[in-house]
Amino acid sequence: MKHTISVMVENKFGVLARVAGLFSARGYNITSLAVSETLDPDISYMTIVVDAKDEAVLEQIKKQLNKLIDVITVTDFTKKKHVEREMVLLKVSYSPKIKVKVDKVLKKYVAKLVERKGSAAIVEAMGDQEQIKNLLDALSIFGVKELIRTGKIAVAF
Amino acid sequence: MTGSEILLECLKREGVEVVFGYPGGQILPTFDKLYDFTGFKFILTRHEQGAAHAADGYARATGKVGVCLATSGPGATNLVTGIANAYMDSIPMVAITGQVGTTLIGNDAFQEADITGITRPVTKHNFLVKDVKDLSRIIREAFYIASTGRPGPVLIDLPVDVQKADTELIWPEEVKLRSYNPNYIGHAGQIKRALKLIMAAKRPIIYAGGGIITSGAHLELLELAEKLGCPVTWTFMGIGAFPAKHKASLGMLGMHGTAYANHSIMDSDLIIAIGARFDDRVTGRLDAFAPGAKVIHIDIDPSSISKNVKVDVPIVGDAKLVLNDLIKHVKSTPEIGDWLKHVDALKKKYPMTYKDQDKILPQYVIEQIDQLTAGEAIICTEVGQHQMWAAQWFKNIKPRGFISSGGLGTMGFGFPAAIGAKMGRPEKTVFNIAGDGSIQMNIQELGTCVANKINVKVAILNNGYLGMVRQWQELFYKHRYSYTPITSPDFVKLAESYGAVGILVTKKEQVRPSIQRAIETDNTVFIDFRVEEEENVFPMVPAGEAINKIIGGLA
Repeated sequence: MKHTISVMVENKFGVLARVAGLFSARGYNITSLAVSETLDPDISYMTIVVDAKDEAVLEQIKKQLNKLIDVITVTDFTKKKHVEREMVLLKVSYSPKIKVKVDKVLKKYVAKLVERKGSAAIVEAMGDQEQIKNLLDALSIFGVKELIRTGKIAVAF
Repeated sequence: MTGSEILLECLKREGVEVVFGYPGGQILPTFDKLYDFTGFKFILTRHEQGAAHAADGYARATGKVGVCLATSGPGATNLVTGIANAYMDSIPMVAITGQVGTTLIGNDAFQEADITGITRPVTKHNFLVKDVKDLSRIIREAFYIASTGRPGPVLIDLPVDVQKADTELIWPEEVKLRSYNPNYIGHAGQIKRALKLIMAAKRPIIYAGGGIITSGAHLELLELAEKLGCPVTWTFMGIGAFPAKHKASLGMLGMHGTAYANHSIMDSDLIIAIGARFDDRVTGRLDAFAPGAKVIHIDIDPSSISKNVKVDVPIVGDAKLVLNDLIKHVKSTPEIGDWLKHVDALKKKYPMTYKDQDKILPQYVIEQIDQLTAGEAIICTEVGQHQMWAAQWFKNIKPRGFISSGGLGTMGFGFPAAIGAKMGRPEKTVFNIAGDGSIQMNIQELGTCVANKINVKVAILNNGYLGMVRQWQELFYKHRYSYTPITSPDFVKLAESYGAVGILVTKKEQVRPSIQRAIETDNTVFIDFRVEEEENVFPMVPAGEAINKIIGGLA
């Protein structure tokens, strides 16, 4: 099962390596990872989506994260009401023949055409997991040539 | 002050009495300042690994932070085994390494190694000092992190230009880390829940680990055990936490534990785990471990709880404080008479014994050392059969009196650790129980002993084999002794060539006099005991089996 964990860390060099090392050393796979500074430049925020096979593994991940000296807090969004978003950039076929159909899909899923060149277009979209999945499904018949995702970010009250 | 001067001054202010180390190019500015520094002793080892193990042994013997110092590159990487060893056994240590200049880092400069990267998984924390202004704060934080909570090694990587840079020493009176606040006091509600389980238990057992030694909770452990009348078993790291001759004692449990300890914990209905981590050498096959038992787990490290065994009542806190709280609330003795009878019957049915004979048996040698030192010596060991025999047959060990590589199982640990222990507790006789294989892994430290008049007594149980591996080959690999027969130098001559004393023992009647002579000799002594070659460590639980599936011995 996929879990979203937010980790507030000291904004120092090497912290990302410590967090990443903790996962790799135990063979836990990171599905996505987003890191950035917060309002306080001394603190960074990491949103990690991890595939944990059971509750015990998830518990260990959280405890091990907490054990790192540079980790300030660990928040598990699994059972917490939260808002999550992900941004994707994708390259899709945009030949005159399918143009209208693609536009229709983009409109339906609130995605935006950012640039076009020849018979291809670069599209951006933002949304929760479900919305992104629906967009990708709908575009798949037109041939998605490249897909880049930021990884999930999440916040709760 | 220069960075190097700040380093030495801060170490002194941290209360450091001795530093073990080895010089080299990128740590030269610091060694130049050491030349006429008198704030602590410096011991030059013969290998950086020896320095790390010596710092570790010092820490185990004293409870203080052990410190080692090495140069960049190979000096630093040679420390790694010692650091990993300290990490696995939760030993407070600060390792300081030289590093190439800050402008050269990442350039594959001569003797450059990314030592903070290399040691990340085997340190509690590490630092690369980029600005001399941060140095005093980092040293303070390093000692604080190493010695608090669940202790562990911390590495400080110090580029050569930072050692030379000038700044004013600002000594932070207080260390505050917003992201690191270990919890010492057990949750009152959890302690109540634990008490309820304890009073309702019919077959309770205390399972004590190295956390008792770390937190100095041995007296509290004894008090709780006596108040409850409850049997006590301990882990390898817990040796010395509880008197082995006490009537409630079950000895060590696990792979080479006593059969009665293993059967008792399997039959128990409540395990009171204190400062132990349910390591695989203790639990054997996890899904078969103590199926009828509820578990109370007292540990300072939350990540140790419910890691291997599901815990019913976790108590995160310092063993000593939590035990004190528990003891306060124990008002009556639980009714466990039948259980104690059962445990006694197990003790009678599966006694710890070996078949003595005219040849010198390793167990016999250990018993003689135990009797002749009577709990007054510090016992270090290497890793292998001799280590397990030491764990089984020393009966007079006191807290911090048994120093051995538990988690990592590092051959070559014991001898340098003995040097560290002797530096920390000079009034004690320090023995290193060794095998002929292990002792050859850091035998160069004989030079350190003699040059610094650090007298340690090395008892080599010489059987001509890498005995523990040979035992596994005998039992599980059809007697195919693949590269386990090992030759040795003439240990007597070797010791003498360094200026130490060597004694060869080939007859049983020479065993006691030679030990006595070693104790009385004001020098480092190697005793080469020619013991029975193919003696095995029993009882034994094969790897991956339930811990009541015991083979060998009389069990």
